Amino acid sequence: MKEIYLDNAATTRTSAAAIKAALPYMDSLYGNPSSLHSAGQRAAEALAEARGRIAGRLGCEAREIFFTSGGSEADNQAILSAAAMGARKGKRHIVSTAFEHHAVLHTLEKLRKDGFDITLLPVSERGLVTAKQVEDAIRSDTCLVSVMYANNEIGTVQPIAEIGGVCRDKGVIFHTDGVQAVGHLPIDVKKENIDMLSLSAHKFHGPKGVGALYVRKGIPLATLIEGGAQERGKRAGTENVPAIVGMAAALDEACENMRRATPKLIKLRDRLIDGLSAIPHSVLNGDRDKRLPANVSFCFEGIEGESLLLLLDDKGICASSGSACTSGSLDPSHVLLAIGRVHDIAHGSLRLTLSDENTEEEMEYTIEAVKEVVAYLRGMSPVWRDTTSGKKEFIIK
Amino acid sequence: MALYSEKVMEHFRNPRNVGVIENADGVGEVGNAKCGDIMKIYLKIEKDIIADVKFETFGCGSAIASSSMATELIKGKPLSEALALTNKAVAEALDGLPAHKLHCSVLAEEAIKRAIQDYYEKNGIVYDKKQFPDCENCEHCSK
Repeated sequence: MKEIYLDNAATTRTSAAAIKAALPYMDSLYGNPSSLHSAGQRAAEALAEARGRIAGRLGCEAREIFFTSGGSEADNQAILSAAAMGARKGKRHIVSTAFEHHAVLHTLEKLRKDGFDITLLPVSERGLVTAKQVEDAIRSDTCLVSVMYANNEIGTVQPIAEIGGVCRDKGVIFHTDGVQAVGHLPIDVKKENIDMLSLSAHKFHGPKGVGALYVRKGIPLATLIEGGAQERGKRAGTENVPAIVGMAAALDEACENMRRATPKLIKLRDRLIDGLSAIPHSVLNGDRDKRLPANVSFCFEGIEGESLLLLLDDKGICASSGSACTSGSLDPSHVLLAIGRVHDIAHGSLRLTLSDENTEEEMEYTIEAVKEVVAYLRGMSPVWRDTTSGKKEFIIK
Repeated sequence: MALYSEKVMEHFRNPRNVGVIENADGVGEVGNAKCGDIMKIYLKIEKDIIADVKFETFGCGSAIASSSMATELIKGKPLSEALALTNKAVAEALDGLPAHKLHCSVLAEEAIKRAIQDYYEKNGIVYDKKQFPDCENCEHCSK
């Protein structure tokens, strides 16, 4: 059975270009960039080149890019840096949203315990926040605004340039978690007034365990990992040169392909949305248009997401229910709760995230498979019996 | 998927005793949609023997597998044996469940007890209430 991979928001296949670029740095070019000798300096040059290329894709300077172990570390470092700077000035208020990734939410929770005041903006039913909400929430003691570029579960794309404009006018640092957006949407950090942006390579066909934080020059970065002068003293530890070189190659490729791939992905995405919408008592999560080209997220009444995933897996379809990070927990996704889905419905969620490798045939197969599995699970669901027999009202009309 | 044992996956893929018994002698429903699991057990009882059992479940793979295994374990058995079924026995029969899924086997045990209790109540049979879970205050469900 051919596997249909529809979980590209969890991770992507490392592209051939990224592997090809990375391999020599595990083989003949294995030097440590901090070494003075030629072998080390060759690695240092590769690192500098990768930094320059990534900066070019984001519209910033090379010295504004700091390599990290991935998106989570970048989010932690960005938020803790802005908080440390704010605290020095007596500013201890941070504005963010209710549906951020846990890398942001848990870091904010830690700061709350340290005496910071955290405002989590509510999200609309369509999964969007507005620049006006951010503007109204900013106070004289606000030291940071952090709003994700695109949501990892429901794929909604936030008005980042507008929010950036508001923050710049108010003189507040603006961080965005760009993990789901970089390599998928055109981004220009200067034009969009972004002060800090987190990214993760494996979300755009780069290697896992590597990412970066863009920090506008002039913003002091706090060091989370001590022990060396790497990354200008802001992140100790020998750089993961092969992964960083692979990340730069993957980002180049993703950005070059974007113009061609985006309309294709939107077409596949919309076919899936239309096909799945035909399932009775189902609902699309997140705005239909202001969403990532490759994200489809649904809730189905009367069934539970894990059973759905396991049965889809039996049919060769790799999908996800909400975020993979939440799969070990019994609580439904905080993102679905944030957009107003009640617990009963939030448990029955399905996320399908596409890549350029997917085909129209796969979409047709997936639509039929989901229809079949949803009908099967509803057939054994006491909740479904109660609603169809009129004993209880449908939540999704 | 390595999350579950082969046995769990086998019962999840081919669940035994799925369905409804019309005019069942005892019906037990536990759990709630809020926490993501609801189990409903239907019993046909003849001379204190479970002549037939069916279930309906809204829940994860382990909830469906636990329902299937639990119904298999009590089918054709005397009520006394069904009442003695523990969640541990259900989990063991499934070659184990992940720690955060053990509550599914608890639901199966409680759904069966509830159905038997329902049978006793319907037929005015005197029984020891201490044998049954206090569902009002149970942390697993608020029913």
